[in-house]
Amino acid sequence: MSAVMITRKVRKWEKLPGKNTFCCDGRVMMARQKGVFYLTLFLIVGTCSLFFAFECPYLAVHLSPSVPVFAIVLFFFVIAMLLRTSFSDPGVLPRALPEEATFIEMEIEAANGNVPAGQRAPPRIRNVQINNQIVKLKYCYTCKIFRPPRASHCSICDNCVDRFDHHCPWVGNCVGKRNYRYFYMFTLSLSLLTIYIFTFDIVHVVMRSVDKGFLNTLKETPGTVLEVLVCFFTLWSVVGLTGFHTYLISLNQTTNEDIKGSWSGKNRVQNPYSHKNCFKNCFEVLCGPTFPSVLDRRGLMQEDSSFSAASASLPPSRSNPVSQTTKTTAPLIRNEHTPDEAKRSIAAPEEKSYSPREENGSSPREEKSSSPREEKGSSPREEKSSSPREEKSSSPREEKSSSPREEKGSSPREEKSSSPREEKSSSPREEKSSSPREEKSSSPREETPKVPPLASPEPDAEVSVTKGPAH
Amino acid sequence: MATEFHNLQELRHSASLANKVFIQRDYSEGTTCRFQTKFPSELESRIERKLFEDTVKTLNNYYTEAEKIGGQSYLEGCLACSTAYLIFLCMETRYEKVLKKISKYIQEQNEKIFAPRGLLITDPIERGMRVIEISIYEDRGSSGSSSGSSSVSGSTAR
Repeated sequence: MSAVMITRKVRKWEKLPGKNTFCCDGRVMMARQKGVFYLTLFLIVGTCSLFFAFECPYLAVHLSPSVPVFAIVLFFFVIAMLLRTSFSDPGVLPRALPEEATFIEMEIEAANGNVPAGQRAPPRIRNVQINNQIVKLKYCYTCKIFRPPRASHCSICDNCVDRFDHHCPWVGNCVGKRNYRYFYMFTLSLSLLTIYIFTFDIVHVVMRSVDKGFLNTLKETPGTVLEVLVCFFTLWSVVGLTGFHTYLISLNQTTNEDIKGSWSGKNRVQNPYSHKNCFKNCFEVLCGPTFPSVLDRRGLMQEDSSFSAASASLPPSRSNPVSQTTKTTAPLIRNEHTPDEAKRSIAAPEEKSYSPREENGSSPREEKSSSPREEKGSSPREEKSSSPREEKSSSPREEKSSSPREEKGSSPREEKSSSPREEKSSSPREEKSSSPREEKSSSPREETPKVPPLASPEPDAEVSVTKGPAH
Repeated sequence: MATEFHNLQELRHSASLANKVFIQRDYSEGTTCRFQTKFPSELESRIERKLFEDTVKTLNNYYTEAEKIGGQSYLEGCLACSTAYLIFLCMETRYEKVLKKISKYIQEQNEKIFAPRGLLITDPIERGMRVIEISIYEDRGSSGSSSGSSSVSGSTAR
């Protein structure tokens, strides 16, 4: 062992499992695929720049200087809300540490009793009573926890997110408890901005045409045509989306629950979270407390205090076998294993779990994403999924539906969510800007009413619903 | 057989982790943060039921205070929205203030009540607000019965 070890401060975000990307030393947290987010940014900034360049000078003089001023304020608000939604932690639930995972396993064992060999273990469900309604909590095999009510596992980001709404590729992040209100403010302000720009474009064209004629106006301000086109298509999708979310907020529902039909239908449980009062629901969602992130991204990795002297000289990134937050995928139960196999693996000594983790801990951080997957034993799935994801194509959806964890109960959902995604993913490649937005709005909304309320899926299946391209 | 420790440092130096108990969330009133006050059997011989329940109830009260939806949260929300939420770069939210109070309270409880009994509470925020983790320590000097219970999680202390 060399005498001099250069210690490097390792922040916890570097060791977080899941498929997020982090920037600015852990301050910014996004999904891995950011292409569509850049498109959103480009569209908003581009259209507004054209507006400021072509329309604003004329309108400021001939109408009022407050027109561009208000546009600027609205523009900055939209960008601020977009960045806030995209960069913040949506409410990710950290994975269970090994001791907690073991504890939960013991409880499940105790509850299930002895299952005869060859028989499938009962599904891992915990029933809780919320406001006199029975709600089932499902067990997440990836995160090794019983998901809190309203939480769901996002397969794109590979995290359980509290009050999961949907994964929105347009903002490049999940929308969950912590950033839902920013997402809503973003769609609302973007609707206002679109309507504003569209209206003043028309006003500007009319005013100028009176003086110089319609064709001359278009020749002088060619940007107007582009703006009107973008705004026209954006209007329908974004205003529709805002309306949809206003409806959801008034009922205190999430998009995820709406798609799954959790609270609709006569024989189903009524929404236990709704206050039965529209204003109270809106109040709670929009004016509720701002929840802190429970993912300590910028904290420094701690060594275990019991051997602080011995390990202090070693670089924390390489020899941190008991690091509190690293590689929390306790290898007690591998993902593809059924609960029967899980029982056998629990009996395996815990020492075995540390050697792979140590080896993985030494792999370079660039492979942070791949090493936990290998450890979990789901590498075939990961290799398959990493390349198609780069292409932003429809293949991830198809691939996902064929992965071992997806079972029969969830396949209807896969088909439903895959079709809007296929439509959307093909359109950016064919057309430039306008049609994705149009498809974005129409396809999921058409899909949703057609799909009958889903029966509760087989509980072993990972509940990983992602809404289509609109969100 | 109660193990006596005089303070947290003594606990850490002379004790070894024997077991961990996890107090789960209580969802009976919705998704607000509450923990079950059910007394776990592993702590039967370690701490009085009332002390434990008081601690959990106080924590629950703190969380209720943090998540209260009323005039103050509304004003905070409106003010933040009008500044495009940029004000959160300089101001601490009410929730964060209460979290600081909670962490101070837990530290106090650990020093005064739990450490002398060979127990340690972990702040729920470090466990994703899912559980209150209570670590049970055994004096290294004592052997026999503790080694049995430490076989499962004792190795984690290494």
